[in-house]
Amino acid sequence: MDFNYSEHHQILASSLRRYLADTYSIDDRGQLAYRAPYHSREIWAGLAKMGILGAFVGEQQGGFGGTAQDVLVIFEELGRALCAEPVLANLLCLRLLAVFPSSDLLEAVIAGETRMALAVCEPQVSCDLTCIETTARQVGRSWFLNGRKSAIYGAPGADHLLVVARADQGLGLFLLESPQIIEAAMIDGGGIAELVMDDLAVKLIAADCAREIEDALDIGRVALCAEAVGAMTRLIDLTVDYLKQREQFGRALASFQALQHRVVDMMVELEQCRSITIAAVASYGTSEQSRLVAMAKNLVGRMATKIAEESIQLHGGIGMTWEYPGSHYAKRLVMIDHQLGDQNDHLLRLIKLNKGGAQATAV
Amino acid sequence: MNLELSSSERSFQHEVRNFIAERLPSDIAEKVKAGKELSKCDFLRWQAILNEKGWLAATWPKEYGGTDWTPVERHIFAEGCALNGAPRIPAFGLNMLGPVLIKFGTEQQKREMLPRILDGRDWWCQGYSEPGAGSDLASLKTRAVRDGNDYIVNGQKAWTTLGQHANKIFCLVRTSTEGKPQEGISFVLIYLNTPGVEMRPIRLIDGSCEVNEVFFTDVRVPVGNLVGEENQGWTIAKYLLTHERTNIAGIGFSIRDLRRYHKLADQIVRDGRKLADNPVYAARAAELDAELEALRVTNLRMLINTRDGAAGITESSLLKLKGTQIRQALQDLYRSALGPHAAPIAHDLSEDELSVPAEAARAAPIYFNHRKLSIFGGSNEIQRNIVAKALFGN
Ligand SMILES: Cc1cc2nc3c(=O)[nH]c(=O)nc-3n(C[C@H](O)[C@H](O)[C@H](O)COP(=O)(O)OP(=O)(O)OC[C@H]3O[C@@H](n4cnc5c(N)ncnc54)[C@H](O)[C@@H]3O)c2cc1C
Repeated sequence: MDFNYSEHHQILASSLRRYLADTYSIDDRGQLAYRAPYHSREIWAGLAKMGILGAFVGEQQGGFGGTAQDVLVIFEELGRALCAEPVLANLLCLRLLAVFPSSDLLEAVIAGETRMALAVCEPQVSCDLTCIETTARQVGRSWFLNGRKSAIYGAPGADHLLVVARADQGLGLFLLESPQIIEAAMIDGGGIAELVMDDLAVKLIAADCAREIEDALDIGRVALCAEAVGAMTRLIDLTVDYLKQREQFGRALASFQALQHRVVDMMVELEQCRSITIAAVASYGTSEQSRLVAMAKNLVGRMATKIAEESIQLHGGIGMTWEYPGSHYAKRLVMIDHQLGDQNDHLLRLIKLNKGGAQATAV
Repeated sequence: MNLELSSSERSFQHEVRNFIAERLPSDIAEKVKAGKELSKCDFLRWQAILNEKGWLAATWPKEYGGTDWTPVERHIFAEGCALNGAPRIPAFGLNMLGPVLIKFGTEQQKREMLPRILDGRDWWCQGYSEPGAGSDLASLKTRAVRDGNDYIVNGQKAWTTLGQHANKIFCLVRTSTEGKPQEGISFVLIYLNTPGVEMRPIRLIDGSCEVNEVFFTDVRVPVGNLVGEENQGWTIAKYLLTHERTNIAGIGFSIRDLRRYHKLADQIVRDGRKLADNPVYAARAAELDAELEALRVTNLRMLINTRDGAAGITESSLLKLKGTQIRQALQDLYRSALGPHAAPIAHDLSEDELSVPAEAARAAPIYFNHRKLSIFGGSNEIQRNIVAKALFGN
C-alpha cells in the first residue's frame, strides 16, 4: 500500500499551486467571482495551457491523464486556492465527450478555447437521474427538447451546454450551442444558470447513456470532495494562525483549552474526509464506486459544513466579515454540500445500496 | 402543576392575534416573511402602531409608558409577533437602554430619554465592543477624560448593529486606568451628530451591511450624559447584557421558522418525493421540534418568576446558548431543503426566474447571516464560561 502521490502528481500539484498563488489571490477572486462572467478568461487560458483540462481525459482520447487520482490532485489545489473558475463544469463535460467522441469539441475544451457546462439538475431533481423529466423528441433527423434545467454550475459564459434529457431510447445527452440562459452569481462565488426549453433544437450526442452520465457525476462528486479537502485544510490553517495571534483576557486565544479541543476535532474530521475521498478515488471504476462515492459525499458534506461553522465561530466577529478570506472559504464549504446531491441525498443512496447488499448476502 | 394558559391569558392571546392581523401593514409582513431587509421607515411604522396601542415597551413598568405585562403575557406577545410576520423592533433602545435608564438613570434622564425611545425620535445603537475588546469587554480602550462639564472621548467602537439608522449610541468608555479593568469603566450616552464622530459600514459574509465601525476623535460629551456613577459602568453593562441575552433566544422566531420549513417541505419535490415524506428530513425536523418545545417550557420556567424581563445570569446564558443553537439548526435545515437551488445570490433573479418559492430564495444568505447569533451578545463560549464559573467557582 502506498498513499504517496506519484512524482508526476507531485509535480502537477506543486505547479498548479504555484500558478494559483501567483495569479489568483483571494483579492483577485473577490473581484472576479461575484461579477459576470464570474471567472477570468485569462486564468482559464492559463489553466488550460498548464494542461489541467487535458489531465481529465485519457491519452487515447487526446488528453494525458484521465484517472480519478488526477482529479483528486487538481481539485485539492483548486480548493486550497478557493478557485471559482468553472473547472467542475468542464470536467463533467470532458468525461462525457471523451466517451462519445462525436465532434472536435473535446479538443477545443482541452485547449481552453471552448467552455462547456452540463445541464442535468432540474427544479425537482438534484441527484436521482431516474427522475429526469426533460424530454427529447425526434423529428426526422432533428431533436427538440422540452423542460427546465436548473442549477447549471459554470454555465454563465459557457459556449455550449450538454443537456441530459429523456428520449424513447433512454436517458440521452444533447448538445445545445450558444444557449440562452438565466444566469446568477452564487453566494460562494462563481456562476450558475437556469435554462428553459420550449422545443429547443439540439444535436444528439448519445441517445441512451444513463450509466455514462452517472459515472461523470460520480467523478464530479469525487472532485467536490477533493476541493473540500483542500479548502478545509486551508481554512483550518487560517483558524490556527488566527487563534495564535488574537489576544483576549491578556493571552492568546490559542491558549484556551476549550478552543484547542475544537480545532483538534476539526482536524480529526479533516483527516476522515481525506481518507474517505481517497477511498472513493480508489473505488472509481470498480463495483464499489457508487457506495464509496456516496459515503464520501455524505461525510464530506457533513464535515465541510461543520468545519465552516466552527471556523466562523472561532474567529468571532471577524469570521462574519466579507473582507476576511476565511468567510469565503466557509461559504464555499457549506455550498459544496449542495452540489451533485447533498449529504442527505447520498445518505438515502447509501441506505438503498446497503439494503441491496444485505439482501444479496442473505440469499 | 399546570401548563395551560389561564382564561385571561387566552383572551390576551386572541387580542394579540387580532391586533396584529388588523394593524400590521401587509407590505411589512411580506418583507419579514421573505427574510428581506427592512428599512428604517418599516421599523418606525410598526413601532408607532405598537406605541399608539401602548404595547411597545413590553418590559417597562407602566409609569414609564410600559405594559406591566407578566412574563407569560410577554411571551404570548413575542410569540404572536414572530408567528404573524411582525418585525422585531431593534432591542437597543427598548430592551437594553430603557431598562438601564429605569434602573440606573436620573429622573431627568428618564424624563428626557424614555419618551423619545417610545416615539421613535431616538434610534439607539450599542457601543460596547472594540477591535481589541470583544469577549474580553473589560479590556476596552475608548477613553473619556473629564474636562470641565464635558468628557472628551477618543477611541473606536466596532460592530455597531444598525448604527447607520441611529442618532445616538450608548457606550462603555474608560474613565480610569487604576485598579481592575472593570473598575474604570463608565456608561455614557453619545449623540452621533456630535463633531468628531464618524461611522463606517462593515460588509458581512452574506453581503449585507448591518454593522459599522464608529470612530471618536475629541468628541465632547456633557457629564449629564453619564448613566449611574463614574467608574461604576460595569454593573450597568452586565445588567444590560442579561436583557440582551434573554432576548436572543428568540423562541417565537424558531417556532415561525419551523412552521415555514414544514410549509416548504410540503411544496418541494426532490428526486421523486416530497421533502415532507423524505425520512431524513422528517427526522431532523421532528428532533428540532422536540428541542424547541422543550426550550419553550424552559424559557417559561426560567422567566416566570422574573419581574423586569431578564432572567438571572446563569439562566439568560442557558437560554441564549440553546436558543441560538436551535435557531441556527433551523436555518441549516431550511437551507438544505432547497438543495442546489440555495446556491444563487437570490437578488440576482426575479421571481419567475427562480425554481423555488420566492420566500425560500434567500435561505443561504440568511443562514450565513445567522451565524452571528452564537457570536454576539457574548459568544456562546463566553456563556459556557459564565455558567461554568457559577458551577465551579473561581
Ligand atoms: C453581526 C454582529 C453584530 C454585533 N453587534 C454588536 C453591537 O451592536 N454592539 C456591540 O457592542 N457589539 C456587537 N457585536 C460584537 C460582539 O459582541 C463580539 O463580536 C463578540 O463579543 C465576540 O468578540 P470578538 O468578535 O472580538 O471575538 P473574540 O473575543 O476575539 O473571540 C473569538 C473566539 O474566541 C472565543 N473565546 C474568546 N475568549 C474565550 C475564552 N476565554 N474561553 C473560550 N473561548 C473564548 C470566542 O467565543 C470566539 O469563538 C456584534 C458582532 C457581530 C458579529
